[in-house]
Amino acid sequence: MIRRILLSLTILTAAPAALAEPVAVYGKSVWTGTSQGTITDGVVVIDNGRVVSVGPASTPVPAGAKEVRAEWVTPGLISAFSRTGIAEVSGVDDTNDAGAGGSHFSAALDAADGFNPDATAIGVTRLAGFTRLAVAPQARATLFGGQGFLANTSGDADSVFRDRAFAFIVLGENGASLAGGSRPASWTTLRGAFDDVRFFGARYMSHNEGNVLTRMDAQALMPAVKGDQLILFQARRASDLNAVMDFAEANPSLRIAIVGADEGWRVADRLALLDIPVMVDSFSNLPASFSQLAATGENAKRLAEAGVTVSIVNLDNDDHLAHLASQIAGNAVANGMAFDDAMRALTTAPAEIYGMTGLGVLAPGARADVVAWDGDPLEVTSAPTAVYIDGEAQSMVSRQTELRDRYRTLDESQRPLAYKH
Amino acid sequence: MRLRNLCLAAAAVLALAACDAPGKGSGKTPAFEPPADPFPSTYKAYPSGTLLISNATVLDGIGGRIENGSVLIQDGKIAAVGADLKAPEGAATLDARGKWVTPGIIDNHSHLGAYPSPGVDSHGDGNEISGPVTAEVWVEHSVWPQDAGFTRALAGGITSLQILPGSANLFGGRGVTLKNVPARTMQGMKFPGAPYTLKMACGENPKRVYGYGRGSTPGGAPYSRMGNVAGYRDAWIKATDYKKQLDKAKAGNGEPPKRDLELETLAGVLNGEILVHMHCYRADEMAVIMDLSKEFGYKVTAFHHAVEAYKIADKLAEYGACSSMWADWWGFKMEAYDGIAENIPLVHNAGACAIVHSDSDVGIQHLNQEAAKAWSDGKRIGIDVPMEEAWEWLSINPAKTLGIDDRTGSLEPGKMADVVVWSGNPFSTYSKAEKVYIDGALMFDRDDPANNPVMDFELGQPGEGDRK
Repeated sequence: MIRRILLSLTILTAAPAALAEPVAVYGKSVWTGTSQGTITDGVVVIDNGRVVSVGPASTPVPAGAKEVRAEWVTPGLISAFSRTGIAEVSGVDDTNDAGAGGSHFSAALDAADGFNPDATAIGVTRLAGFTRLAVAPQARATLFGGQGFLANTSGDADSVFRDRAFAFIVLGENGASLAGGSRPASWTTLRGAFDDVRFFGARYMSHNEGNVLTRMDAQALMPAVKGDQLILFQARRASDLNAVMDFAEANPSLRIAIVGADEGWRVADRLALLDIPVMVDSFSNLPASFSQLAATGENAKRLAEAGVTVSIVNLDNDDHLAHLASQIAGNAVANGMAFDDAMRALTTAPAEIYGMTGLGVLAPGARADVVAWDGDPLEVTSAPTAVYIDGEAQSMVSRQTELRDRYRTLDESQRPLAYKH
Repeated sequence: MRLRNLCLAAAAVLALAACDAPGKGSGKTPAFEPPADPFPSTYKAYPSGTLLISNATVLDGIGGRIENGSVLIQDGKIAAVGADLKAPEGAATLDARGKWVTPGIIDNHSHLGAYPSPGVDSHGDGNEISGPVTAEVWVEHSVWPQDAGFTRALAGGITSLQILPGSANLFGGRGVTLKNVPARTMQGMKFPGAPYTLKMACGENPKRVYGYGRGSTPGGAPYSRMGNVAGYRDAWIKATDYKKQLDKAKAGNGEPPKRDLELETLAGVLNGEILVHMHCYRADEMAVIMDLSKEFGYKVTAFHHAVEAYKIADKLAEYGACSSMWADWWGFKMEAYDGIAENIPLVHNAGACAIVHSDSDVGIQHLNQEAAKAWSDGKRIGIDVPMEEAWEWLSINPAKTLGIDDRTGSLEPGKMADVVVWSGNPFSTYSKAEKVYIDGALMFDRDDPANNPVMDFELGQPGEGDRK
């Protein structure tokens, strides 16, 4: 299923910014995400927003190219599931556009309408090496959370590069509660909604006559039901994952991914067979709910080894700390996952899942999202020293670094600290 | 008789046996004297042998680092730490070449057992939100020892931890310090002789829960930060008066006051027997609280979360409070908006006491990584704290805030052998706690499934522990 998405979305690769100067990013280790593997003493040359070449340090570099040297070089990391940029202060409702418990609408809610590229979490996330985000709405009123989107972390006004990239639907305990109190209620709601879409003409010809959805919601869900748009289901328990897979088998045209999948390892072979990718939080290793009784820190490893497309995300704090996915991926490695699989979980896997052509890899022709690091990107002690998005050097300043610089010393003998800016 | 003072005093708690039987040996217990220790610890160290761990990189937890170092464990205690120790006759040996050895990690902010897994409503025992002042509750009465979180924390090298009530209330109740050893009862985990603590909270939580929360508000107040402070002062005034009556009665001068659980705890703080742990994010609020504590003659032992500690690190150093912090949590509420990644190293650099805490059943599993993040973020701005010094954030400093630093928190002869053997540098994401010793007994061994505890709740479930 994933391959098909890749093919159908090549149209995405519109010409990126052309202003950027050529840059040669040298790394003692260059993780490419391609068959080139990890190049020792390598270089990535970028020009006109694209990767021009990737190879050993001896690779020819255009005259006048800026030289950057780093310990590690990787593709820009991709946060496969976040609420970054749609909640400035999560607990302050006025600033939180992630979900709408009181809305009349559900599937039609477009998270991109709430995106603010100036959100302070964007800078924090970029400084941690993440250049692209998939942003999902929160489901608060019904199990249909609405439409998710894809954005870069430049903070520019045009950061959103694909609106309505996926439909977000919540199952499991949370979905049951949103549907009225049980899993049967959520599945009945889901099937009813799909019927609303399939019989749209008959049901909504003159007025709202859907079983479940308003006219606008049914319209918004149409691409997903037709198989033209990815559906991202949230589910944790093995039986819930099997129910999603039953649904996938009964509706083979659907494009499905699953976020959560805490018990995914128990149904890993079937997920692989049906080519359903998952986004997991490898820190989930507690029976934190009755849907996570088989949660284990080895989930990501076992899924990857079974051939499932795995991406790693931070589900504990997805608005301000989505970038901790790299720490979580490092822990997945400590729990037995292959390093390359963990790196793919932050790059090529999300790029595949969302059809982000030319992202997540360092290869000639790829979009020049490149990160230079002062160490192994999965080590908690490492940090980016330079970040490029579409070939453009990004600001390494965030509101946090400004606060830090103000309070680095506390000397107020001459002037209050408020004058330091 | 001053048995209560003796048993609960932060230092000088060596003859603990006497604490098990309140009043014993004192002739008579005065009518007004509440039992010193009504829910006594039944924890006893598990059997252990003599063990020499050698060839390791040893961080002693108080600033020392020994390459190719050894640690000798005998009778459940650290017997020796050095570069060239010989195994006594009959001692077991562990060749820890390439591995690191540290004191066990102590988390001074956990809700394990009180908010256990699974986190269903029936398990929500961490916060007595029925009123803004609930100094009368003791979180140990909520601790469910079958929380699988304890075992995951153990696998992360946690050997002791403080369980705190939640932060809804101005006064949340007493905290309890536990040894991270599985037991059938809370008492079986209770750290013998550890002083009690009191949880207090600043800022948004109390005013949200009481002033604006839940429609019909339990107490009506506080609605504001000034209401919070009035609430603390009001309670301390009552406690001061209660303590005066207690003192007079003890001096044989007048009737003792009626027993009052709330005021007994607050008077215990004013006596210096109970240590104050205060949830406080904002710098300006911590400054107010430091003054408030002086008004009533007590001391805040540690500010918790302290997201803005870096803004007043000098004042915290001068006052002498520790700050228990996250490496990078921020932005989830207004008072956490100014969180920065360098908070911990900036506090340390100002000469104040810095602690890495979790407040999370996930974070507690990798506090070493949280310390590593803070350590490296400090380094990048020129605060180059040696790793052996940074480890103080994880064991001796939290031990100080719990009044147990004379017994654990570092690898020093005579201390409890609470020791972790790491597969490599514990400041690396890839290193794991391989072996965890508590009072010298091997309580966790990553390579031996028989030495991985499994809680009752997990038995017979699709998953059984973290790795099945």
